Amino acid sequence: MILKNSKILLEVCDLRATVNGTEILKGLNLTVRSGEIHAIMGPNGSGKSTFSKILAGHSAYEITGGTVLLEGKNLLDLAPEERARAGIFLAFQYPIEIPGVVNSQFLRLTYNTVQTHRGHEELDPLEFDDFVREKMKLLEMNPDFLERSVNEGFSGGEKKRNEILQMAILDPRLAILDETDSGLDIDALRIVANGVNQLANENNATILVTHYQRLLNYIVPDYVHVMEAGRIIKTGGKELAFELETRGYDWVGIEHDTAARATA
Amino acid sequence: MNSPQTLKADYLTSLLTDQPYLSASPLTYLNALRAEATDRVSALTVPTLRDEEWRFTDISMLTKTPFKPVREATELNVIDIKNFHIEEAISRLVFIDGIYAPHLSSEQKNKGISVTHLKADHSLHTATIEAHLGRHIKFNDNAFAALNTAFLNDAALILVSRDTKVTQPIHVLFVATQKDTANYPRLLLLSESNSKATVVEDYVSLQDGPYFTNSVTEIVLLDNAHINHIRVQRESTKAFHIANCAVSLDRASNYQSVSVAFGSRISRYNLNLRLDEQSECAVDGLALISERQLADTHTFIDHAKPHAVSRQMHKCIVGGSAHAVFNGQIMVRQNAQRTDSKQSSRNLLLTNKARIDTKPQLEIFADDVKCTHGATIGQLDKEEVFYLQSRGLSELAARNMLTYAFGAEIIERIPVSSLKLTLEKTVLEQTTIQS
Repeated sequence: MILKNSKILLEVCDLRATVNGTEILKGLNLTVRSGEIHAIMGPNGSGKSTFSKILAGHSAYEITGGTVLLEGKNLLDLAPEERARAGIFLAFQYPIEIPGVVNSQFLRLTYNTVQTHRGHEELDPLEFDDFVREKMKLLEMNPDFLERSVNEGFSGGEKKRNEILQMAILDPRLAILDETDSGLDIDALRIVANGVNQLANENNATILVTHYQRLLNYIVPDYVHVMEAGRIIKTGGKELAFELETRGYDWVGIEHDTAARATA
Repeated sequence: MNSPQTLKADYLTSLLTDQPYLSASPLTYLNALRAEATDRVSALTVPTLRDEEWRFTDISMLTKTPFKPVREATELNVIDIKNFHIEEAISRLVFIDGIYAPHLSSEQKNKGISVTHLKADHSLHTATIEAHLGRHIKFNDNAFAALNTAFLNDAALILVSRDTKVTQPIHVLFVATQKDTANYPRLLLLSESNSKATVVEDYVSLQDGPYFTNSVTEIVLLDNAHINHIRVQRESTKAFHIANCAVSLDRASNYQSVSVAFGSRISRYNLNLRLDEQSECAVDGLALISERQLADTHTFIDHAKPHAVSRQMHKCIVGGSAHAVFNGQIMVRQNAQRTDSKQSSRNLLLTNKARIDTKPQLEIFADDVKCTHGATIGQLDKEEVFYLQSRGLSELAARNMLTYAFGAEIIERIPVSSLKLTLEKTVLEQTTIQS
């Protein structure tokens, strides 16, 4: 929801980044205020996923310019875990499997670690069990998932639900969902979207990174951004997503180039 | 006085010096078996790096000490071994430095199952035991199996009768208490047709000095038998542990094993399996070692007949300047059509000085088979570390968790809850690097 006088959560200015010497982000600008849901769309290779990983602190990318502030704090100075504790959450496109680690233990450890750093009390196993079971209802997850190894043998949909469960537990200020809709059937998509919608409130914000408009039928964005060649080249409301769905991405690029030439 | 050189040359013979004092057994076949093995020991030499099967495992350190069997048994009380207690166990056999300890053991003698030892009165089973003891292990070219057999005096015996299914585990505990001694543990497990049992073979130590464990285990599964075999090698880190295990799977039998190696300065485990038609085995292993330890696992899975299934996952976690060796040979014989075999060797190096030698070997002589194998050696996956960091864990905590998980994946397969918990704790302690 777009709120009057809501405070800025994320401010990205002229962000540039390279991987192995190749520039992927070429001056990206984005401002996200609390309460808002942003969708970042764009063709493959436009830099969407890179941007999500950079926000979460992946070490494969070198930041060559620009700034990223989370609630006024320089995010780029922080290690990935410090970002998580400060309120960044990335739902992975491909969540990893950790055979040998029981999901409930993993969830409790991450919860307690983050809570401790935020100055809150830890939960003991029994308290956490109640807490997590409540959150699982949100995602219509079978409690059996708690006793299984993290993501091991989970279907695509189950993995994504487990990601959103982690999001529900860690209560981030800014959640970034990287292609969360990929590989989901319609039922799983509905459940995941429902979970995300219920977690959204006036104090947090969500960035949906997606290739397709489909997800946006279920999670309605306040802003839709089109990314191409490492920059956001167009921003609009939710209707922009429908236009992209029918017309594709090419016209946005052409329009952008024409505008750029006109101002040159 | 012996120079080290001559000691090495005559090392096996030097170990045999106490053997003639073994009193002759009332069992004729046993005396014959011993005599045959003694001959082989005299003919064989201690393997060196020049032997293909031992090219990564230097055991010359072993040959510097003339380990002798204990003369007098150590007196232990239940309290001394309570740390090794497996609460689910229905029955327990305890051997202290190779000597059976009746007061610590709880035998089992009923119609369906007999958990006892060779020296006990077992007149009912003599013929059965004779038919199997020493018949599955090949000691003709195996100096250590021969040495164990030359010293064969007592043995743990587990006989599961036809159609008997035992759910609770049977615990066979070998405790080392005296330094500079040699012990020759022996275990025979016979699972008759359509029977089922779970056996934990456990090597532990109550001392820090060097000693030598040289064990032989024979496991026989008759038609449709099902055995869970858990092998735990948690000897002292100064011990030498050389073990041979032969498993014979008859038609449609099922052998599930998990073996873990945490202890010993130098350990070597040879596991040989012979698979008959439609039999199945899952052979999983974990070596978790550090400092200057060496752990060597050699397995040989023989698909001798058609339609058998084998699964193997062997993992090594190597820290310090330790050295792990894995050699996994899978043989698919010409008539073993429709063999289904999967083998995986996965290895984690925790330091620059750690070393791993792994050699998965697949030899296929049949043409209608489904076989895969693979090996990975590496450090922790960066993407996995990042995933955990993105959930708020420090890099160190992330690394510790992944290292633990790498080992725990094997421990998880142990079907005895209390033992699984104990070993998970050991893995956690040994994989946790403090900041």
